[in-house]
Amino acid sequence: MSADVEQKDSGKGKKGKQKKMKTRVDFTPMVDMNMLLITFFMLCTSLSKPQTMEISMPSNDKNITEDQQTKIKASTAITLLLDGKDKIFYYDGEPKYNDYSSLKETNYSADGLRAMLLGRNQAAMAKVKELKEKKLNMQISEADYLDKVSEIKNGKDTPVVIIKATDDATYKNLIDALDEMQICNIGKYVITDIVAGDKFLLKNFETKGSLSNSTAN
Amino acid sequence: MTAMSDVTVLLLTFFMLTSTFVKKEPVQVSTPASVSEIKIPETNILQILIDTKGKIFMSLDKQPDMRAVLEGMGEEYGVSFTPDEVQKFSKMATFGVPMKNMKKYLEMSQEEQDAVLKDQGIPCDSLDNQFKSWVRTAKSTNPDLRIAIKADQKTPYSVIKKVMTSLQDIRENRYNLITSLKAVEAEKK
Repeated sequence: MSADVEQKDSGKGKKGKQKKMKTRVDFTPMVDMNMLLITFFMLCTSLSKPQTMEISMPSNDKNITEDQQTKIKASTAITLLLDGKDKIFYYDGEPKYNDYSSLKETNYSADGLRAMLLGRNQAAMAKVKELKEKKLNMQISEADYLDKVSEIKNGKDTPVVIIKATDDATYKNLIDALDEMQICNIGKYVITDIVAGDKFLLKNFETKGSLSNSTAN
Repeated sequence: MTAMSDVTVLLLTFFMLTSTFVKKEPVQVSTPASVSEIKIPETNILQILIDTKGKIFMSLDKQPDMRAVLEGMGEEYGVSFTPDEVQKFSKMATFGVPMKNMKKYLEMSQEEQDAVLKDQGIPCDSLDNQFKSWVRTAKSTNPDLRIAIKADQKTPYSVIKKVMTSLQDIRENRYNLITSLKAVEAEKK
């Protein structure tokens, strides 16, 4: 029985006194059912919602004329070349095909790529840090903060990063590189296709400049 | 006993409110980690699932959209579907079958479908780019759709590039990349 109602007579001779009622409800089936439901929810659902990274790619519309495209100064551009086997290379500005040492190798760790990018983006980082403190001290609102951060990120002197991945690179490499852009507060970055010149640079680096030497001679 | 039932009810309420149901996916995908903390919206998502070998699957979260998309695709590729087939398609969690196999696939039972789906995938070659058509049709039925790419971390970039250029071709320049939280990933290692 799931619920019992017990009756007890306290005495025989006493009339007029109300009968004492004692009720006890059995909760076991309810607990059983709850446990079952909990197990079901634990197994069939996921608690964490996936994160996402927003990205906008350049349009490859052929109708866009030269002056509608955004030109960047070669001096502020950093080109990242993502290669297979988790290797990453970078060069500044325009590629120098005859000098293999212009291409530098780095890695995805905190003191590799991140240190390099942070070094180049110090001004913006300092400003963002200042803003963050202001936000913590409740001097500016969240919306203001976001506005100002994006303004700093797209400022004039911030570096522009061009990400080019070879076919051997994995999706993780790409995400890692994009992640560094977020960490280092770099607002201007683009993912483009690798061109033959960059492949040449990579090969030239591997062979320590023998390719460029042979073409020069 | 009352205390225990209190606890279970509390736990149950917690799980019911916080959790979301896991979607059935044909391939297991482990997404790369990132520091990004933007949560993905729950509705109006067109999810593109890419496995390590580069097979592409898609999922839509609304049944009316699924129906309209299949009809649109049928028109484009000259395949006509019966209302039964459309109904069956709209109930699917994930789809990713070449159009020429679609009719045969829809005839199968649920178990058979699950078994074959992971060997299929939407073709996305320069010759036969059905992926592009799917996205375009989906986007025209529901312009509010957001595109989210969920790819395995070991997926080669060449596949991602193919998907990205296809999206660029139909002027879908803004999309989301689904990642997992970095802190969680660090603990696992």
